[in-house]
Amino acid sequence: MITSTQKTARTQSGISPYSGNWGPTEVIHLLRRTLFGATKADIDYYSGKSMSDAVDEILSPSGFTPSPPVNNYNNGRITDPDIALGKTWVNGPYNAALNGARRNSLRAWWVGQMVHQEKTIREKLTLFWHNHFPTELTAIGDPIYGYNYQQLLRENCLGDFKKLVKLITLDPAMLIYLNGSSNTKNAPDENYSRELQELFTLGKGEDSEYTESDVQEAARVLTGWRINRTNYTSYFNPNLHDTGDKTFSTFFGNKVIKGQTGANGADELDELLDMIFNEEEVAKFICRRLYMWFVYYEIDATTETNVIEPLADVFRNNNYQIKPVLETLFKSEHFFDVANQGCLIKSPTDFTVGLMRQFGVEYPDDTDVADQYYFWRLTSDICALQQQNVGEPPNVAGWPAYYQAPQFHEIWINSDTLPKRNQISDIMIAVGVVRNGKKIVIDPIKVAEMFDTPDNASALVDDLLGYLHTLAVSADQKEHMRSFLLSGQAASYWEKAWNDYQADPTNATLKATVNLRLQGLLKYIMNLGEYQLS
Amino acid sequence: MKRRDFLRTTVPFATLPVLMNGLPITALGNPEMMKRLSKAFVNTDHVLVLVQMNGGNDGLNTVIPTDQYSNLTKARSNIMIPLTKVLVMDGVDGTGLHPSMTHMRSMFNDEKLSVVQGVGYPNPNFSHFRSTDIWNTASDTDEHWTSGWVGRYLGHEFPNYPMGFPNTDMPDPLALQIGSVVSTVCQGVSANMGMAISDPDAYYQLLTGNYTPTPSTKAGKELDYIRQVAEQSNAYGQAVKTAGEKGANKSSKYPTTGDNRLADQLKIVAQLISGGLKTRIYVVNINGFDTHANQVPQTGGTETGVHANLLAQLSEAIDAFQDDIEQLGLQDRVLGMTYSEFGRRIKSNFSMGTDHGAAAPLFLFGTNVKPGILGKNPTIADSVAVNDNLPMQYDFRSVYASVLKDWFCLEDSEVDSVMLKTHQQLPLLKDSCNTSSTQRAELRKSGEAYVMNYPNPFSAYTTIRYESNGGHILIQVFNSNAQVIETLVDSEMPAGEHEVVFHAANLAAGTYYYRYQNGSIQQTKPMILAR
Repeated sequence: MITSTQKTARTQSGISPYSGNWGPTEVIHLLRRTLFGATKADIDYYSGKSMSDAVDEILSPSGFTPSPPVNNYNNGRITDPDIALGKTWVNGPYNAALNGARRNSLRAWWVGQMVHQEKTIREKLTLFWHNHFPTELTAIGDPIYGYNYQQLLRENCLGDFKKLVKLITLDPAMLIYLNGSSNTKNAPDENYSRELQELFTLGKGEDSEYTESDVQEAARVLTGWRINRTNYTSYFNPNLHDTGDKTFSTFFGNKVIKGQTGANGADELDELLDMIFNEEEVAKFICRRLYMWFVYYEIDATTETNVIEPLADVFRNNNYQIKPVLETLFKSEHFFDVANQGCLIKSPTDFTVGLMRQFGVEYPDDTDVADQYYFWRLTSDICALQQQNVGEPPNVAGWPAYYQAPQFHEIWINSDTLPKRNQISDIMIAVGVVRNGKKIVIDPIKVAEMFDTPDNASALVDDLLGYLHTLAVSADQKEHMRSFLLSGQAASYWEKAWNDYQADPTNATLKATVNLRLQGLLKYIMNLGEYQLS
Repeated sequence: MKRRDFLRTTVPFATLPVLMNGLPITALGNPEMMKRLSKAFVNTDHVLVLVQMNGGNDGLNTVIPTDQYSNLTKARSNIMIPLTKVLVMDGVDGTGLHPSMTHMRSMFNDEKLSVVQGVGYPNPNFSHFRSTDIWNTASDTDEHWTSGWVGRYLGHEFPNYPMGFPNTDMPDPLALQIGSVVSTVCQGVSANMGMAISDPDAYYQLLTGNYTPTPSTKAGKELDYIRQVAEQSNAYGQAVKTAGEKGANKSSKYPTTGDNRLADQLKIVAQLISGGLKTRIYVVNINGFDTHANQVPQTGGTETGVHANLLAQLSEAIDAFQDDIEQLGLQDRVLGMTYSEFGRRIKSNFSMGTDHGAAAPLFLFGTNVKPGILGKNPTIADSVAVNDNLPMQYDFRSVYASVLKDWFCLEDSEVDSVMLKTHQQLPLLKDSCNTSSTQRAELRKSGEAYVMNYPNPFSAYTTIRYESNGGHILIQVFNSNAQVIETLVDSEMPAGEHEVVFHAANLAAGTYYYRYQNGSIQQTKPMILAR
């Protein structure tokens, strides 16, 4: 918890290893930034480790592959003739009539992976790459491509970035989304070529000086890649490839990529990527993107010098491996700098998935896929309502919160979305959502029971604020929060109410007494602006 | 002499404490003073509706130069609209509209729609994001501005926003975006002037007040922002809901809700204007114009398909909205304008689509447009290369400047101050600034400006004149990246007029901002350094 006496912003902090305090505040900071919300169980787990070990473990997903999305859509109106309820559709066969239902299954499942994430960075980083290399599931059409696309991101999220760029370039979903599969020697389509440079590798920073002609020449390099719609792969068709030489601008040192004929034409892509990755700007651009996602959106000159440039060096020195960069960042003085805590406006997924996880909201398990997917889908739709529809970013630049100056993350919060966030948390604490007798809802008693002394109103308020907020609140505010539990009585009344309930937990009256008061308190905590920060 | 006139004079003025409009300035936060501070410079009930067509609209298949048909067909045979299907417009030879734009053709014939040909900017950028930013901020192609032209306009009119807002003179949002995102176009120099709503009836009271003071950290900055949004959501949400309840739609031309998202948005706009909302700018949008592939169907008529459907939606939505506005008797108050980040390439590609291009036509609609087509058809060469683009005829910023002048009734110097440059004005609108709805000369308020500079633009130095109400004065100069480059005043200053000179010895030419702060009064204004 940051108090106002801790304002001292160490703005000079850089990527030197952090050696300061490693307590609940730092554990929670690390977990909130790398996972979706910090759960009590995860905080307890990582509190038992050193900072360095905690970061290492967060950056080491188990290798476990989540079981793929399944048919949740057989419901009498829709019937999949090939795949039974509960069985996966990702291996086909393709069925045009089921594209919509399967896309919904995939979108629900994707957010479901976030809700049920391991305590590693994988899901948050997968979403980062989805924002960085966006495709829109609806625009791609066949959701089997969409599933393969997001698996590619998930499996490579911590690996070799240069390899990831190549895989994405040739990924059928991306070839469809940015028309790469229509890019031929007779009519080059420069859509992918432009975004490859502008959005995926070099960016539009001051030192990224590729030219319009470079976009066109790179498009020629990329001619000839097609999709095999039978086996969901891409392949190179030499007959559609521009075999002429491609000449680049002075920014690329007037590089000429010699036109290759036949199957060798495919190799021009490697030469193109070598040329692009030869530019120092690539590592800087990607480090800025990571910084904006995990730390804060403002990168001033000091941060550029003390953090971005050295991180970019780490990136280059490790042959564009992603993991060492994140390891350096998350173990750095800069990351744990008090000035960088609590300043990240929660994205809609952070807000929504984080809420479900922090409060231990229980979802139906996979013995009931129809309801399980229904609630996953609901969770996904709640994120979409706040303008982050996972699988359907607004365009090829991803979500504006990560590129649109000067507001950046503040774009998530406006007069339309902030009331919606409050409505969502109010619904989840008050009544939840019910379907087929199943319900997702916050159980406030379960939340109170996470802490050591829930019968102590002051301690409980402190514990909840430590768990759910980052910035400290005033003594007046705390007193106001205590009053939700005390209802104007002395502290002993809450203590008695809680202990009476604990002694007789099936007594509906005793339960309602504590439940009602905890609901009021938790609602209030989530309604404060402080709750929107991570 | 009115105070603004006074400030505009170049005569050195006395440093004696002055009275504002004859009233002594007693204390900061004086309600009367706050009231004046929050008034607009120009009292107008005019409304501008911006229709953003995201993705880059193919202008050549929208306003079709039929006099170039033969050469155009050579360049884009696979997407060319059959000549016989192109819609003919009354009194126009050699130019027609896409076949799916029947509604807009009727509007054109009824003199409620005008076309500006070849709108763009020098050295076009072909990135969606850069070009969208350029259209929204009105910067040059090589400048990176972060404030939008609408935001600067509203910041000029309501220089203290959000402090003291809403108030009895301006009880409503300054700008409304229908949806859940506020566009950069509404971003002001110091605050975003826009508010997003997706449903006027969705007012939800937020928790405000009883705040823990925020620390002066990044987290504190974000918390301040969130609290401000909450305050404004409460304040404006109720006003929007009330207007929504009082307002109505009268046209039967709107398609069924859910069938045309643009029409749905415009329907809300009409409802809110008719409900009495004083909001000046509405922003709506229609997505999907990035037609690299399958702009027209692989098989079937080229007058059908994705682009045809988009234009049909645009046409239907704008026509229904205009019909509604007229039935509501609001036609003298409402002007509409479309824009898109660029047009598309002359030559089509083999994906039955078109790549990013440059200049394209823009539409204005409403009963105040000067009817007809401004500008000429582009000339299409006999042989068009893949990368050939249409040259621009009119700078889009000339369109904006003309709207500010002739619709929002700013003076030329004010238009320059909002646009941060001088742009040629275009004869786009009938004279609407002397109508009873806006009496520019009489209703122009005075006394709001606490700080101004002269000359502007300037070369070596400029003098910044300001008024202190007593107490601490801070005057800082920012560059266009919002970095403070100089603090000119940071001390107690007695009540009255003062001045300070800003020397631009080693600075690059461009736009700078000076920010004035005297207690709770803050004003930020642009100034232009020209070499």
